[in-house]
Amino acid sequence: MSRPARIPVTVAAALLLAAVVAFGAPHVMGDYYVRILLLMGLNAILVLSLSLSNGFTGVFSLGHVGFIGAGAYLSGILSLTVQQKASLLPHLPAALNWFSLPFLPATLAAGLFTGLLAVVVGYPLMRLSGYFVSVATMGFLIIVNVVLINASDFTRGARTFTGVPLETSLPWVLGWLAVTLIVLARLIYSPFGRALKAVRDDTIAASAVGIDVLRARLIAFSIGAFFAGVGGSLYAHYLGSFSPVTFYFAMTMNLIAMLVLGGMGSLSGALVGVIGVTILSELLRSVERGFSIGDLKVPALFGASQIVLGFLFILIMIFRPKGIMGEREFTFGLTRQSAPNRQTEGQDP
Amino acid sequence: MTSFDYILQQVINAVSLGSLYALVAVGLSIVFGVLRLTNFAHGDVMMVGAFTTVVLNGLGLPFVPALVCGVAGAAFAGFLIERIAYRPIRSAPDVTRLLTSLAVTYILENLGILLFTSSPRNFPLPDVLNGAWQLAGGAITFTSINILTIALTLVSLVLLGWFITRTTVGLGMRAAAEDMAAAQLVGLDVNRLVIIAFLVASAYAGLAGVLWAAQAGVVQPQMGFTPLLKAFVAAIIGGFGSIAGALVGGYMLGALEIFIVAFMPDSVTPYRDAIVFALLIAFLLFRPGGLLKPNREIKL
Repeated sequence: MSRPARIPVTVAAALLLAAVVAFGAPHVMGDYYVRILLLMGLNAILVLSLSLSNGFTGVFSLGHVGFIGAGAYLSGILSLTVQQKASLLPHLPAALNWFSLPFLPATLAAGLFTGLLAVVVGYPLMRLSGYFVSVATMGFLIIVNVVLINASDFTRGARTFTGVPLETSLPWVLGWLAVTLIVLARLIYSPFGRALKAVRDDTIAASAVGIDVLRARLIAFSIGAFFAGVGGSLYAHYLGSFSPVTFYFAMTMNLIAMLVLGGMGSLSGALVGVIGVTILSELLRSVERGFSIGDLKVPALFGASQIVLGFLFILIMIFRPKGIMGEREFTFGLTRQSAPNRQTEGQDP
Repeated sequence: MTSFDYILQQVINAVSLGSLYALVAVGLSIVFGVLRLTNFAHGDVMMVGAFTTVVLNGLGLPFVPALVCGVAGAAFAGFLIERIAYRPIRSAPDVTRLLTSLAVTYILENLGILLFTSSPRNFPLPDVLNGAWQLAGGAITFTSINILTIALTLVSLVLLGWFITRTTVGLGMRAAAEDMAAAQLVGLDVNRLVIIAFLVASAYAGLAGVLWAAQAGVVQPQMGFTPLLKAFVAAIIGGFGSIAGALVGGYMLGALEIFIVAFMPDSVTPYRDAIVFALLIAFLLFRPGGLLKPNREIKL
């Protein structure tokens, strides 16, 4: 087997595992654990899609949640039944109110829409870098939020958008997670992926060797946004009801924490971050509700889990700024070298 | 409707709002000038100032001493933040420092929720400041808080101007802002200058927090968020890192917001914030140095 094929082999093994878990888990675990597994998968899709621009391309976007929100709302609007549309969104334009899409087409539509939106938004913004691009994408997030609140014909405004069918199940999430992983792994460990990392590590050198910086960034940004839209749709069909504030700074902070803690330069890092932060938040949440040891009663401490998470984040920034995984990947012994930028240069198809 | 009185009323509102934005933006600019750090926690330092004032006022301290303590409390919070979170990563890449300041925001906000719950509570104003004034037979109204905001902004800015142009420490701060390595080479104690910059900036945040809460009438843990974002836009429009730029940007933004609401059709008004942030993006793209600085080329 040729060396470059090994990453897909790892992914295929993971896929098989995912399928077993997806269909097996509900039989051996309680509902609570299945739900946590589902949330992990969902967050993994979102964090992986974020890692493409923020981790691999060096365009540190704070606007990713804008795409997730746009995807969630679009998919929600498309999959309401005609009767629901008439009662919940009476002012919906005629072109949208006579049909209702099933889950999969609605999700794909959401992804395509956010991908295109990213092309339009990214075309000017990808000229910026470093701190400027973070600020500008944050502006984008705020604009999306304002539009979601005010375009009440489509979104019910600041009120809860409700009635989205609850179709997101573990097999759906893990299936989409597998698709995301395969696409990103193929992309990142390809010549184009190396171009992205070159852009991240030294923009001027990258453009000097003939890489079209703007184009590379735009492609990465749009593919990331596509999966953000898909993840948004899954999220919408998981929650059933949501409002613009669901897709705002709190979610941004959460996703970035997962990405940065795990390590921005590796796909495994994103997964490690998601699993770690999810488990930690669940543990802290039970502490937060208050508990008692013998006669000692600890009262409910709302917000405590976020404070611990924030301090952990600062400690990581100080002592391990590249995150837990850094740029390494789990390869399960399938490659001798860690996959990125070693040896394989010049041998790829 | 658009009579002279109406326009004058809007100008008063614009100056009042602009003063608040300018106060917050000046603090952001001081820190950015010295450290090249976007201090997202600045908004939460505002919250610290406002809550300190409310709590001390509730304990029986009169309003003015409580306000002074609030400002001092905010300054102390800024000092702690610099020592604990920012100093260890001072030479780290931009994005690392941006993320750290987001984490500090996260911690402070949740600390506020933990201590005071997330529901808003009343901001107690002494009777002296509760009044409103009317001119031209009621066509023009302004509150005592409007006047207090504008007056305190002016006084504190004159003080700041004196501080950074006439005192040794202020001159040192400007030197550090110009080139920190060079400042260190000529024997300036950079750590001390950074601490002073944080103390001054956070005191500004505290003052702005109290005035903001006084205008809104309520305090809550998330109160710093909106002013922070607006001041951020103001600072970038004016030229990030420049104090004069923060002033110009603050007043421009205040005027823009008030005039959108006052003179634009009702269908546009709700999109005010979208317009403001579109302006931010436009400035970043076409004039990242802001109004007061030459258009420095950005590294692509």
